[in-house]
Amino acid sequence: MINQYPLWKYLLLVFALVIGAIYALPNVYGEDPALQISGSRNAAIDATAKGKVISALQAADIAVKATEMKPGQLLVRFNDTEAQLKAVDFVKSALGTDYIIALNLAPATPAWLEKANALPMYLGLDLRGGVHFLMEVDMKAAAEQAIERYSNDIRTLLRDERIRYASIRAEQQAVRVMFRSEADREQSRKLLKKELPLLVLEDIDTENPGLQARLDEQEIRDIEKFALQQNILTLRNRVNELGVAEPVIVQQGAHRIVVQLPGVQDTVEAKRILGATATLEYRAVDYEHDVQTAVAGTVPAGSRLYKDRDGNPVLLKKAVIVTGDQIINASSGLDQQTGGPQVSVMLDAKGARSMLNFTKKSVGKPMAVVFIENKSETKLVDGVPVKSNKRVEEVISVATIRDVFSKRFQTTGLDSPQEAHELALLLRSGALAAPINIVEERTIGPSLGKDNIEQGFKSVVIGFLAVLVFMALYYKVFGLVADMALALNLVLIVAVLSLLQATLTMPGIAGIVLTVGMAVDANVLIFERIREELRNGNSPQASIQAGYEKALSTIADANITTLIAAVVLLSYGTGAIKGFAVTLAIGIVTSMFTAILGTRAVINLIYGGRRIARLSI
Amino acid sequence: MQLLKGKLNINFMGKRRIAIILSGILLTIALTALITRGLNFGIDFTGGTLIEAGYPQAVELEPIRATLAASGFDGAQVQHFGSSREVLIRIAPQANKESAQLSDEVVAGLRQQNAGVEMRRIEFVGPQVGEELTEQGALAMIYALIGILIYIMVRFQWRFAPGAVIALVHDVMIIIGVFALFQFDFDLTVLAALLAVIGYSLNDTIVVFDRIRENFRKMRKGTAVEIVNTSLNQTISRTLMTSITTLLVLTSLFVFGGEVIHSFSLALILGVVVGTYSSIYVASTATLALGVSKSDLMPAKVENKEGDGSMV
Repeated sequence: MINQYPLWKYLLLVFALVIGAIYALPNVYGEDPALQISGSRNAAIDATAKGKVISALQAADIAVKATEMKPGQLLVRFNDTEAQLKAVDFVKSALGTDYIIALNLAPATPAWLEKANALPMYLGLDLRGGVHFLMEVDMKAAAEQAIERYSNDIRTLLRDERIRYASIRAEQQAVRVMFRSEADREQSRKLLKKELPLLVLEDIDTENPGLQARLDEQEIRDIEKFALQQNILTLRNRVNELGVAEPVIVQQGAHRIVVQLPGVQDTVEAKRILGATATLEYRAVDYEHDVQTAVAGTVPAGSRLYKDRDGNPVLLKKAVIVTGDQIINASSGLDQQTGGPQVSVMLDAKGARSMLNFTKKSVGKPMAVVFIENKSETKLVDGVPVKSNKRVEEVISVATIRDVFSKRFQTTGLDSPQEAHELALLLRSGALAAPINIVEERTIGPSLGKDNIEQGFKSVVIGFLAVLVFMALYYKVFGLVADMALALNLVLIVAVLSLLQATLTMPGIAGIVLTVGMAVDANVLIFERIREELRNGNSPQASIQAGYEKALSTIADANITTLIAAVVLLSYGTGAIKGFAVTLAIGIVTSMFTAILGTRAVINLIYGGRRIARLSI
Repeated sequence: MQLLKGKLNINFMGKRRIAIILSGILLTIALTALITRGLNFGIDFTGGTLIEAGYPQAVELEPIRATLAASGFDGAQVQHFGSSREVLIRIAPQANKESAQLSDEVVAGLRQQNAGVEMRRIEFVGPQVGEELTEQGALAMIYALIGILIYIMVRFQWRFAPGAVIALVHDVMIIIGVFALFQFDFDLTVLAALLAVIGYSLNDTIVVFDRIRENFRKMRKGTAVEIVNTSLNQTISRTLMTSITTLLVLTSLFVFGGEVIHSFSLALILGVVVGTYSSIYVASTATLALGVSKSDLMPAKVENKEGDGSMV
């Protein structure tokens, strides 16, 4: 029988339709403006916190749509953005700085859909508003910092070994050490080779013998990698403070970091916080005086009262042993003897020297690490939220000095690998990072984002309707069938975008619009072929058969070439273009499916397997 | 309903001299505009700062210019954008200013001048990033062309490939020429549009080529010109139909899509119009000029993979 489809093809279509509908569905429900409140070490998300939030919002007369408790997180939904923005400040002042409060657009997807992992499309910054930064790590400065550190190390080494040198100079790429005699040079060459094996040593022979020590390729790569990772870590910490629900902080290329902060409007504030630096200090614990007396009010001269992360008081000496910028690296791991978690710290030459001097006379005594950060804080003043900056100083670790040490040492006795990891992270964020510069910034205000969504939606709908009407008028029944395929195609594009959680941007919407226009091309090709066959005097059934068959290779050729263009666009990879390429590529693939298989199935249902006099085409 | 009734017999190729002259004139104008006026590159390529500010009421541009000049940005370009309540400010990269700090200063200045201002969009692109984008953009264009060239050479015959690529270069040149002539903004989205035009115009060309190949194999008599003519007549309804539906959605995008993608949809509209014309005239004419003949396409030499269906 001609023009009949096997059952499995219909089942496949129905399957695609159902799956497409399910995954496209979450987009119908939209999103609620919400506050996402997460706790920290000493601020649990519990009924008390929830109570505080609700009573603060009631007092401020802000209507809440719903609240949801998730592990470690409280989500408060609002009816509109206005209420959400107003609520932030009140919630912040009610909970204090221990909680992270982020603006968020929470999908209003029903629970059964969420269970099927169906989520709405992920909207790009140009649609939801927010900030995009492209930051470049100054790798030259990172290498220079390393050279500077090495020159200090070399100076200390030579002094300690009492090798005489004329001068030590850190240049951009290398350290130059000049000697007065050949013997000194040979002796220091041996010493440096042993102590600093990562340096490449070369002779300089001017009037006096000299050595040039430069970083080898691998070492430079390591330094760059470390500088990048350290900056990403630091940025993550800072972004938490900004209160962003779904921040994106990723490496791009070898030297750059992309930071995307959806919903953030105040770029000046964002830049200030991202640029702020945390520092830390190693200090001696004042064990000679009683902490409780100090808490009562009499702090001994030369000491200061601090609090640890659990809020317990600690009395520390004012004199600083080592500062954060003297830390070269800190990493967590396991103690090889006891198997317990530990943090290894590496100091530069200056830090090592003062650490040595201090530990020589302090074995068996405790030492503390203070973490210093600038945070912004919101308080209610006469019922109006006011923002202020606060310097937060916190003791993050107290440990007993077991032995004399200088450049490298370990902190052991930590409760868990998690704690070790966190301490290493904090130590590193206090270390001197290679400077970063903003090389690209794109901020989209909330009103423009909203306009973009509305305009994008409108142009898709109007363009779609225009094509539907035109096709129905021009190809009658066949046109209506093509319209059904087009509608299914749109559903499938939305479903695939939702499923992949690919970012939908304004150019992405343009890509959908363009696909709608071009998707009918396959049908136009088929239908024109059928008309041609009919004109040539073939029977309706044979014309349908021949039309689909003959058009197939043309459709494939045409779509593959467009796909080549889309793939090139994808690999080009910049935000705006990528968004367009993604929807275009998805649209090409889904349209091939719906326009060929989809229409054929329906046409076969209508006309297939029976004698017909004419086609409505 | 049919746009073109019955069996068509338009002598497209008979008018190919006129088409060559027309394309020649258009390309000359495009090239002249490109050389004399250049493209009005957006900050994506040049680097610099772009700020779109929204005001509660319609605003005059002069006070804003004065404010900016007072803050040291006398070179700033200020214009209305979409409506008289929206203002677009463009500032060239400044050598002595710390990159992103510049936008902060401008924003502060604007707030001082009119407290009701709302920052709708701030874009800053460092000069180096701009350079990279330009370079990558040009490369992307070349890669797309090469990829397509190879595909056509494999699927058709080498004589078709230059025809298709000449048609594409023709289309892209004319669009760029229009952008240069009227000094429309040429930003990243326009580049994306150009690449989409390459895909679209090629789509058209391929459909025509497919028919030409089929007819060369099927029609026993007739010169190359006659065969090309028949093929064009057979495909013209489809070419026009697809162009119309695509233009329908693009017009919707242009009218309702907002200012941000104006340039983008404009480039695409131009591309569809020029692409339709070029797939009829430029691609086929070029292929004819390269001397495509029946023996080139007979399946005897080449292993026939998919042509069987059309040999009926």
